[in-house]
Amino acid sequence: MATTKPAPAAKSETPADPTTLGADVGLTKDDLLEMYRLMAVARAVDERMWILNRADKIPFVISGQGHEGAQVGLAYALKKGHDWMVPYYRSVASLITFGMSPREIMLAQFARGVDPSSGGRQMPGHYGIIERNILSVSSPVATQLLHATGIAWASKLKKTDVVTITYIGEGSSNQGDFHEGLNFAGVHNLPVIYVVENNGYAISVPMALQSAVADIAIRGAGYNMPGVIIDGIDVLACYRAGREAIDRARRGEGPTLIEAKVTRLTAHSSDDQQTKYRTAEDLESGKDRDPLPVFRDQLRAAGMLDDETEANMVAEARKVVEDATDWAEAQADPDPATAQRHVYADLPPARMDDPLWTGVRFIGDGGPWGVLRDSGGEG
Amino acid sequence: MAVMTFIESVRTTLAQEMRRDDSIVVLGEDVGKKGGVFLATDGLYDEFGGDRVLDTPLSESMIVGVSIGAAVAGLRPVPEIQFADFIFPAFNQILSEAARMRFRSNGAFTCPITLRAPYGGGVHGALYHSQSVEAFFAHIPGLKVVIPSTPYDARGLLRTSIRDNDPVLFFEHKKMYRSVRGDVPDDDYTIPIGQAKVTREGTDVTLIAYGLMAQYSLEAAELLASDGVSAEVVDVRTLRPLDGETLLASVRKTGKAVVVYEDNRFGGYGAEIAAIVAEEAFESLDGPIVRVTGPDVPGVPYNHVLEDWFMPNPERIAEAARRLAAY
Ligand SMILES: Cc1ncc(C[n+]2csc(CCOP(=O)(O)OP(=O)(O)O)c2C)c(N)n1
Ligand SMILES: [Mg+2]
Repeated sequence: MATTKPAPAAKSETPADPTTLGADVGLTKDDLLEMYRLMAVARAVDERMWILNRADKIPFVISGQGHEGAQVGLAYALKKGHDWMVPYYRSVASLITFGMSPREIMLAQFARGVDPSSGGRQMPGHYGIIERNILSVSSPVATQLLHATGIAWASKLKKTDVVTITYIGEGSSNQGDFHEGLNFAGVHNLPVIYVVENNGYAISVPMALQSAVADIAIRGAGYNMPGVIIDGIDVLACYRAGREAIDRARRGEGPTLIEAKVTRLTAHSSDDQQTKYRTAEDLESGKDRDPLPVFRDQLRAAGMLDDETEANMVAEARKVVEDATDWAEAQADPDPATAQRHVYADLPPARMDDPLWTGVRFIGDGGPWGVLRDSGGEG
Repeated sequence: MAVMTFIESVRTTLAQEMRRDDSIVVLGEDVGKKGGVFLATDGLYDEFGGDRVLDTPLSESMIVGVSIGAAVAGLRPVPEIQFADFIFPAFNQILSEAARMRFRSNGAFTCPITLRAPYGGGVHGALYHSQSVEAFFAHIPGLKVVIPSTPYDARGLLRTSIRDNDPVLFFEHKKMYRSVRGDVPDDDYTIPIGQAKVTREGTDVTLIAYGLMAQYSLEAAELLASDGVSAEVVDVRTLRPLDGETLLASVRKTGKAVVVYEDNRFGGYGAEIAAIVAEEAFESLDGPIVRVTGPDVPGVPYNHVLEDWFMPNPERIAEAARRLAAY
C-alpha cells in the first residue's frame, strides 16, 4: 500500500539544484508559473467573495482558502473537457484549474440568471457546468462520492479512458456514502480518484472527535485501493500524487484515495465564528501552512519567479477579479417566470397564475391538473 | 415570566430539562463547543460537559441510530439534526427503526428520543437549507411530529416531547429563531402533544397553519380585519397526533377553511387537514377548502427574487382568504 506520510518540512521537495524544481515530475518552469498563477487567481477570487459578503452584496460565502496548493496540484494533470470533476463547496481552485472561469464563479456568488451552475437557484459554492464535465454540487455532504463512482463505472463500461476525480472533507468521509462509494470502486476497479481535503475541522468538530484514526487515507486499505497522504502546502508533491493516480486510473489500474493535509484559513463559512472553538495558537499556526507563500518562496528560490513576473501576476489576478466581479454583478437576477422550469423534462410548466401561492388563483379554475390537461400534459 | 426569543426558549428549556433529568443527552454536529450552528445548544457543553453534550462525527444515520440504542438502554437522547434538510441520511433509522420499535416488539421496546431540527425557508438557504420535511414524517405511524410557533409553545412542547415515551420529531422554523419573541413563564408548565390552539378568534373564515405559517396567518388575519373580514386562526402545533376536534370546531363555525403550509403543495401535510375537513365538516362548509402553499418545485431557490416567489406570505394568505370569504 502506497501510504506515505506528509513531508515534515514544507520545502522538502526542493531539489539540491533549485533551478531544476519540478523537473523530476516532468513540470517545466512555465507549468510551475501557471500553477502559481492558478493559485493566485483562486485566492484573489476567494478573498473577493468575503469582501462582497462583508459589504452585504452576497448573503453567504463558503470557499477554499488554504486548500489551493492541494487543489491546483492534484487537478493540474487532468484533461480538461475530457475527464470529469465532481467537486464540493471548497473546490474554487480545483475548478479554476479545470477551466471554470472567474466570471462563472462570480455569477454563482451573485446568483444571477445567467449563472451557469444553477441559474441563481443554488447557494454560492454549489458549482457545476455540464459543458466542462463538472457535476452540479448539492449540499448534503458525501453524496457526490457515489456519483463520481457511477461516472467512473460508466467510463469503464463504455471503454473510454476518462478519469473522474471527486473531493470531500474529512468530516464528511464519515458518511455511509463515502464508504459505499469506495467499496464499489474497489470491487470494480474503477477509474476514480477520491480526494479528502483534511483541514482538521468539520465546522467546529475536530478530527479527533470525527475519526478514530488520524489519517483518512488508511481507509483505502479496507477497499483495496492505495491510500496516499500528501501535504497540501507541498504543491509539487500534490501534483505528483495527482498525476500518479490519474495515470493509474487511465491505465485501468483502479481507484486511489488521496488525503491532502490542508488548513482552513477562514471560518467554515460566512455564518461561522471560528474563534469560539479554535484557539489563538491554532489559528496562528494555520497561517504558517498557507500554500501560497510557501510555493512562492520555492519558485523564488529556484530563480523562476522574479519581482517583475510576480508583480505582473498579482496585477493580472486583480484585473481578472475586478472584471469577473463587475461583470457578474451587472447581470440580471433570474426571472421568476422561469422558476418552474426544469422540474421534469417533458411536462410544461404549470401556469404561473395558477396555484394559490401567487394569491391570484381562484376557486373553480381546475387547479394545476386542469392546466396540465389544457396544455396536453398528463392529467 | 420572561420575554425571550424562540431560540432562547429552546435553549433554556433544554438546559432546564437536563438539570431535571440526568439521563438526557444532547448529541449532534457542532452542538458542543460551538453551541450549534444556530446556537440552540449554546452553553450546554460548558454546563453539562462533553459526555452529555456530544459533538458527533458527521453522519446523521449514526446520530439517530445511536440515539435509538441509547434510548433502549435507558438514556433520553435529544439528538439534533443540523438542518432538517440533512435528516434524510437518517430516514431509514427514523422510519424503519424508531417508528416501529414499539409496534414490532409487541410493546416490549420503546424509543424515547426527541429529534430536533431547524426547518423552513425565507433565510436565503436555498434548496438544502430551507426545506419543510414534516409531511414525510407525519405520514409515519409511530412518530410524533411537533412544530411550535411561539416561544411559549416551544418550551411547553419541548418539555412534553422530551418526557414523552415515544420518538418525537421537533421541528423549529429557523426564520423564527430570532425574529419571534414572546412571554415564557418560569414555572414547569407543559403543553400536551395533540392539542391545537385557536390563536385568534373570528367568524368568517378559518386559517389553519403551523410554524412560521401560523405566525403569517396571524398577520394575514390582521390584514383581513382591515378589509372587514373576520378570520379565525388555528395553530395546529402538533401534526401527529393531530387535534382534529379544534380545527373542525372552528371550520364548523366559520364554514370556510384556508389551509396554509410552506411545503410543496402536492401531498403536503395540509392535504391531510383538507381531507379531514372535507370528510368531517362537509355539511358546514360554505365554500371549497383552499390551500396556500409553496409551489411544486423541488426546493426553495436561493436568489431572493426566486425565494420570494416561492414563499407563502401574509399577503398571499390574506388574498386567498379574502376571495374565499367573498365566495
Ligand atoms: C448530510 C449533511 N449533514 C450536515 C451538513 C452541514 N455541514 C455542511 S459542511 C459541514 C462540515 C463538513 O466538514 P468536512 O467534511 O471536514 O469539510 P470542510 O467543510 O472542513 O471542508 C457540515 C456539518 C451537510 N451539508 N450535509
Ligand atoms: Mg474539514
